[in-house]
Amino acid sequence: MSKVRVLVGTKKGAFILTSDGTRKRWKVSGPHFAGWEIYHMKGSVVDPDRIYASQTSDWFGQIIQRSDDGGKTWSTPGSSPEELKGADGMPKAESNKFVYDGLPGTHQWYDGTQHPWEFKRVWHLEPSLDNPDHVYAGVEDAALFVSRDGGKSWSELSGLRKHDTGPKWQPGAGGMCLHTILLDPTNPKRISVAISAAGAFRSDDGGDSWKPINHGLHSQHIPDPTAEVGHCVHRVAMHPSRPNTLFMQKHWDVMRSDNAGDSWTEVSGNLSSDFGFPIDVHAHEPETIYVVPIKSDSEHYPPSGRLRVYRSRTGGNEWQALTKGLPQRNCYVNVLRDAMSIDSLEPCGVYFGTTGGQVYASADAGDRWKPIVRDLPAVLSVEVQTLP
Amino acid sequence: MIRVVLPPNLRTLARVDGEVELEVKTPVSQRSVLDALESRYPMLRGTIRDHVTQVRRPMVRFFACGEDLSHESPDAPLPDAIAAGSEPFLIIGAIAGG
Repeated sequence: MSKVRVLVGTKKGAFILTSDGTRKRWKVSGPHFAGWEIYHMKGSVVDPDRIYASQTSDWFGQIIQRSDDGGKTWSTPGSSPEELKGADGMPKAESNKFVYDGLPGTHQWYDGTQHPWEFKRVWHLEPSLDNPDHVYAGVEDAALFVSRDGGKSWSELSGLRKHDTGPKWQPGAGGMCLHTILLDPTNPKRISVAISAAGAFRSDDGGDSWKPINHGLHSQHIPDPTAEVGHCVHRVAMHPSRPNTLFMQKHWDVMRSDNAGDSWTEVSGNLSSDFGFPIDVHAHEPETIYVVPIKSDSEHYPPSGRLRVYRSRTGGNEWQALTKGLPQRNCYVNVLRDAMSIDSLEPCGVYFGTTGGQVYASADAGDRWKPIVRDLPAVLSVEVQTLP
Repeated sequence: MIRVVLPPNLRTLARVDGEVELEVKTPVSQRSVLDALESRYPMLRGTIRDHVTQVRRPMVRFFACGEDLSHESPDAPLPDAIAAGSEPFLIIGAIAGG
């Protein structure tokens, strides 16, 4: 029988939840990396036991951890005894060395002045679709890095950061983070990313050159609401069978594109609020999508204190509130942008984590929910792996 | 032997309990102690000082013999008691929320 493994990153460590395909009983392991913020963990689709984790701290910086046994044991890549010494006799360990290519340059700061790019942390790790040693990292301040040696070393795909619009990019309230990396399974040269608050960008040459893909976005909170860049994109999702169709949760507005981001149309429809962070797509129905409406940018909790996932079976515009098993009173948690994930069982399972430390799961595509763990530290990210 | 005390998060990362003891080349300075520490525990590279500039991270401090040596030159000799191993070199994560 198939199994699922849910990788949960929190403010104070990582947790791994496992169940068989019924998804009724769960084992919880952790905290791994206790005391550290785990922004994101994700496994390779080629080798599911290869999992990468972004471990960070305001005090001690960035750490990359890697597991080759499905999360049982972890190590910092490149720090085994035979890999220790460089030519100068010093350790080569560079798995946490994220250095911008060339001069870092400047971007717009909160007060409108220019501010140097400064590396802070890795927000999102995206293993490649064909090689477990290849993995992309989306970082703050916004840039895209790649490792081709299993996370031992990293280099920047600097064409993105050096785009002409770079000096106009600005941080959102959570920092200037590159949080979304979409790899096109039909075209290995196509990569799409999203940055808060710059917008979405696409490369059709493997990451060398990039173009903004924000036409159709409308953001009232920037001087030119339809500017080429400056939009606070919170998350973009794609179904692997339809890579030209993208779904976006923006700061406000839920959007869709059917031409790989060249143009966008709003599909917020009857949502209770079109502000939110995560968005994801059903495993088997590419027109079925999920969001978690949040009241507003200043009130990061569900409208009316009722935690509701909204599902659209029409690719947007027509939304249904999913409430069974979710708290419908006095609930004031948030669900962050990387904290929703969907397994590929039949019916597919939907998972999301909250800043209140619960991870909710539905084993029937959203109809009914239950917490599979609660009272964890604030959840930053949730990824699920469907295992044979 | 030089004695070094790591903050709890770095002890977890380096998988050590309690103090670390290191052979350090003379003259014993912040730089030579950190070089020896990172050589023994390479996973600590970049966590105490920047990978490229080698500058101490802003929320890390170095204490020894009741003194804050964080702003001393990295090449300044450490106190004799540190060099002799009778007092530990303390690496501290700044006390601040979270």
